[in-house]
Amino acid sequence: MANVAIEAAAARPAYGSMSKDRRWALRWSYFFLVLFAIFFLMPPIYMLITSLKTSQEISAAGNPWWIYNPTLANYIELLTQNHYLTFFRNSAIVSVCVVAITMLISVIAAFALARMKFWGSATLATGVFLTYLIPETLLFIPLFKMFAWVNETFDIQLMNHWWTLIILYPSLTVPFATWIMIGYFASIPKELDEAALIDGATWMQTLTKIFIPVALPGIIAATIFTFTVSWAQFLYPLAFTTSTTELVLPVGIITTLIKGDVFNWGQIMTGALLGAAPPLIIYAFLMDYYIAGLTAGATKG
Amino acid sequence: MAQVTLRKIVKKYDEVLAVRGIDLDIVDKEFIVLVGPSGCGKSTTLRMIAGLEEISGGDIAIGGHVVNDVPPKDRDIAMVFQNYALYPHMNVYENMSFGLKLKKTPKDEIDRRVKQAAQILDITELLDRKPKQLSGGQRQRVAMGRAIVRDPKVFLFDEPLSNLDAKLRVQMRTEIKKVHQKVRTTTVYVTHDQIEAMTLADRVVVMNAGLIEQVGTPNDLYHSPATKFVAGFIGSPAMNFIPCQLEQAAGGLNLRLADKLSFPVPADRTARYASHVGKGNLVLGLRPEHIAETRPHTEPNQHDFDMVIDVVEPMGMETMVYFTIGAAEICGRVNPNAGAVATQSMKLRADLSNMHLIDDGTGKVL
Repeated sequence: MANVAIEAAAARPAYGSMSKDRRWALRWSYFFLVLFAIFFLMPPIYMLITSLKTSQEISAAGNPWWIYNPTLANYIELLTQNHYLTFFRNSAIVSVCVVAITMLISVIAAFALARMKFWGSATLATGVFLTYLIPETLLFIPLFKMFAWVNETFDIQLMNHWWTLIILYPSLTVPFATWIMIGYFASIPKELDEAALIDGATWMQTLTKIFIPVALPGIIAATIFTFTVSWAQFLYPLAFTTSTTELVLPVGIITTLIKGDVFNWGQIMTGALLGAAPPLIIYAFLMDYYIAGLTAGATKG
Repeated sequence: MAQVTLRKIVKKYDEVLAVRGIDLDIVDKEFIVLVGPSGCGKSTTLRMIAGLEEISGGDIAIGGHVVNDVPPKDRDIAMVFQNYALYPHMNVYENMSFGLKLKKTPKDEIDRRVKQAAQILDITELLDRKPKQLSGGQRQRVAMGRAIVRDPKVFLFDEPLSNLDAKLRVQMRTEIKKVHQKVRTTTVYVTHDQIEAMTLADRVVVMNAGLIEQVGTPNDLYHSPATKFVAGFIGSPAMNFIPCQLEQAAGGLNLRLADKLSFPVPADRTARYASHVGKGNLVLGLRPEHIAETRPHTEPNQHDFDMVIDVVEPMGMETMVYFTIGAAEICGRVNPNAGAVATQSMKLRADLSNMHLIDDGTGKVL
């Protein structure tokens, strides 16, 4: 029996090379995928391990990948004795507000730029994209000047308040979100809004009843992007907020858990790990939409 | 009453004239087809009637009211698009009721109208499906349903069958005609397919280069084309055009096609053509079906001639034969049993009672 099978395989003509090619391609892709997965999962795993160790164990010379005396002390201490929960609250409020403001502005702006052909709309669309290319490191100095001017003219102090970030972040998120949404809206066939127009829809109804539902994957992609950017933003809060109660997570962890040259590694790792959770949870829930969103527009649905 | 009137309609894109001043009267309940090659301005004209394109000059009136500045939704029209343009996130029922909902029509009225339209189009069992679960033909039906439920003054169709395969296209063509016979709404239909135009229309509007070449019933256009363009555009295979000269002959006129080939002009046409004797630029237009195999008895104005056949194409019910006169390639339709053989001589018969004499300079049929 075995002989017969071998003979049959040997007799098979050479035109099976396509599937052989494919098999090798798959092997290589798995190899690199595993490599990358290990590479990128290493830091979070290290964070988790470290967060479960005592300070003594962290500084002791031993196997850094093994926990000898697991403890939740870092978690308990961080959540009860520090301002961690304040940072978390600030971050959450700022991010949620920024997402809301960004999506409101960018969806409407993108709809106008993609569909209502008005004088200069193409230039404006390019302008939006160029705005995104300006790095925030260049923007925060003029912003300082603007805040100083606001303070002098209206006597409103914008510095050192967590809610100031709600005004600041959209300068980073709106251009990119608008750009993404222009792309999505442009991929919707023109006949669809013409049909809606003939059906008697106003521009606003066309947007809310046709465009937003059809471009939902794009909107979700833009939402995730906006949330991630405002959750992880470091430079603006570092520059514009200083009091402990006004800090957001990334800056808060750095400024309160590093005292001089003393690094409280256990709590830093714990804080970073907990801080990374919300975007992760959002990704997990919206993953399917996000991936659908990345490929949408490539073909007409 | 829903007549549509176009007066001196002009459409300019930057400096390009897409439509160059056309006049058209469409009467109530009429099925009008705009037909012409790509870029002739037929779609632009339709979109101007719909209000999707602004007009650069002239007036459009629907039901007696000038609608130049009226937005599409207030023109009381419904449009069916080439790619159906169904709302992908709504099911068929929602697609069809969307317009009525926006107009705040009562729910039971919407329901009645949607069900009725669904029945007309035979899509009742599809009402809760999403567009992507439908086939091309079904989507087209839903797009028509969406137009019907609104009970508009005018239906506008923009090449609605172009995305369907050949067989389905023929089927949907009949379907559209049936629907029009049921609902009797004034219809403007755009297509580049002359067969679609001929089979559907009460009157066909042939357009070319932004102008109307001719308006008429399908039979009018087929049998009495006004211009060379219409003569060549309507009919498949296309009309043969043979350069010719008109000569004075004993007892009438003679049509010379080549040195050894000439036919007497039918007696009832000699007066009409007399002034063109000796002029250049004349072309004889003769449809393939008027060049057939010879038969035992001769009818008036039929003339036999011998030709060497280049190509023979059997179609089953008839056979196409191709040959050349001078530089012109000529097509004839002969009986499959007439014994046409490529590269061999064959006795053919031209029926000149259906001839057209065309002035190639002006493009007019004389």
